[in-house]
Amino acid sequence: MNTPTEQPSASPATPLPATPLVEMKDISISFGGVHAVDNASCSLYPGEVVGLLGHNGAGKSTLIKILSGAYTRDSGSIYIDGKEATIDNPRHAKDFGIETIYQTLALADNVDAAANLYLGRELLTRWGTLDDAAMEAETRKVMNRLNPNFTRFKDPVKQLSGGQRQSVAIARAIHFNARILIMDEPTAALGPAETEQVGQLIHQLKDDGIGIFLISHDIHDVFDLADRVVVMKNGAVVGSANTSDVSKDEVLGMIILGKCPPGATPGPGASSD
Amino acid sequence: MSVEKEHKESGFVRFLRATEVDTRLLGMIGALVLIWLGFHLYGHFVNGYGAFLTPRNLWNLSVQTSSIAVMATGMVLVIVTRHIDLSVGSLLGFSAMIMGVVQVWILPKFLGLGHPMIWPITVVVGIAFGAMIGAFQGVLIAYLNIPAFIVTLGGLLIWRGASYLVARGETIAPVDQTFALIGGGPYGTIGAKGSWILGILVCLAIILLLFNSRRQRKKFGFATRPMWAEILIGGVGSALVIGSVMVMNAYPWPKGIIKKYVAANNIDNSSGDLFISHGFAFPILIALAVGVAMTFLATRTRFGRYVFAIGGNPEAAELAGINTKKMTMLIFSLMGALTGIAAVIASARLKSATLALGQFDELYVIAAAVIGGTSFAGGIGTIYGAILGALVMQSLQSGMVLIGFDSAIQQMVVGCVLVIAVFLDNLYRRKSV
Repeated sequence: MNTPTEQPSASPATPLPATPLVEMKDISISFGGVHAVDNASCSLYPGEVVGLLGHNGAGKSTLIKILSGAYTRDSGSIYIDGKEATIDNPRHAKDFGIETIYQTLALADNVDAAANLYLGRELLTRWGTLDDAAMEAETRKVMNRLNPNFTRFKDPVKQLSGGQRQSVAIARAIHFNARILIMDEPTAALGPAETEQVGQLIHQLKDDGIGIFLISHDIHDVFDLADRVVVMKNGAVVGSANTSDVSKDEVLGMIILGKCPPGATPGPGASSD
Repeated sequence: MSVEKEHKESGFVRFLRATEVDTRLLGMIGALVLIWLGFHLYGHFVNGYGAFLTPRNLWNLSVQTSSIAVMATGMVLVIVTRHIDLSVGSLLGFSAMIMGVVQVWILPKFLGLGHPMIWPITVVVGIAFGAMIGAFQGVLIAYLNIPAFIVTLGGLLIWRGASYLVARGETIAPVDQTFALIGGGPYGTIGAKGSWILGILVCLAIILLLFNSRRQRKKFGFATRPMWAEILIGGVGSALVIGSVMVMNAYPWPKGIIKKYVAANNIDNSSGDLFISHGFAFPILIALAVGVAMTFLATRTRFGRYVFAIGGNPEAAELAGINTKKMTMLIFSLMGALTGIAAVIASARLKSATLALGQFDELYVIAAAVIGGTSFAGGIGTIYGAILGALVMQSLQSGMVLIGFDSAIQQMVVGCVLVIAVFLDNLYRRKSV
């Protein structure tokens, strides 16, 4: 019963394929003797939104940074489309179509929106030089869709508001045909209207068949958007559950007490009583 | 009264916006003009002779600035990525010593004294040697995680010591005659006609660049500068170029050199007023070429974009998939190569390789970059700023020599200027952001 690859039963109209997009198996990493992530497993199917929940310090960001290549795991394996994948740095992750919106946004504050959007993947002219005009033009198009009020294309992003910076980070993650999207606290810096926009965006991306990991310490952000939740506590997975099978209170119980309700599949971190 | 002043200010702001001129650039040019006028007037009123704003002094200034300016362009990239290179002065000395050995002790044995291939081989060896040492320091910094401050502080001592060992402290001279031309001097220039041709080409290039950028902006429907601003920028730029051609051409060869030249070429100079212009010296041409190439690298290529992204947020750059370790190694290697070029200029100018060559240059180079607006917090800096910074430093230095300050006071003034420059820079940034 402990296999993390069980079929989620959400959105029954479109049966999910048998092979998960991402499968992380028995991942462990420790920093100076602290087991930040301990034998954690989780999976993600195309068109599925998985909420990764837990307190601050539960290990959810660390687990996901292993998938995005920011950290290298001590043990365990990652499968993409059923094939074992080597992800040792962010470049590898991007090659697999894994894009990440980090909690810190990971923007180079001193350059403008276009430079950030294309960082590491610049458009070049036929002379091999930066095609700034083309990059700015593309950025204008993308940002127009995401955030029509955005006009400050020439300013370094440090001069932008929190919401504007967030939309630059989101634009960067979705502009390059991501197949797997990781969103770490995507609405932390946003107001209600912008949060609503991100919700719509997630629905839209889901319809395009993109698999999304949604990380949050706030269950309310996640519960309505996610098909499934995976709860972590003290570096271990408490359990996973389809959001249709459990209530918010039961998931809160998983987060706070580590107690698995009947509708959930317990993991190694579930409390025994 | 105050209303009128406000109106005036907004007019100035409008002017800046229309021309897209950097206020920092204006500030630096203002400081430079003040320094030049100050030294000239001080000399005029106190010593009875203003020696600063003379073709002779400005020509010398251009040559003296070159080697520092070349290194400062590389130091910008180093400091932008939040590192420092304290070893450039010693590395300059070491490269010069290696080049001295190659062209004076080794190559003449195989090729014969004065062989035309001696100088190119020497130059290539010097630059490659600098790049190699720079890359080695870069590997220690990037892959072994030793702070750049420590690695290059070690380098400061090690390379100076190594250049002593190479020649046991001897001065290696005289260098190859063609090699010596790279350092300037009456023969190491492109002459009056060459300077005019170059000046006109540069003016054409300015107009072409302005035209091209306007066309690009129009193509994508971005805002363009008003026409009057374009014409003003092109006009001021061209006037500066033509002006410097005229100043460089106004400095004649000294009488002794002319006498030798007349005798060697059987020219009639019975009237004794033959006027042969210096024109632009090779060192300043090299420095300008390096400046253009480095500006291109910093602003138009992926490499430059990554340098600034790493400086702005190293973690973000790594997460965006940039190989920051390799970049660090390459930046230090580039710094080393530029130090090699500076060593060519410095030793050619001295016509020898001495043990003291390049001593304290690291301080002038770092000061030039910082005065030019490179921020130690990382992510901010320009190549043209560093070149102007080098000119400011050298103007101060040679101005104080001209009006007869002794060297103790010179050092103190340079130190104060550096600290004040960083303070003003902080003020400027706090206001503008």
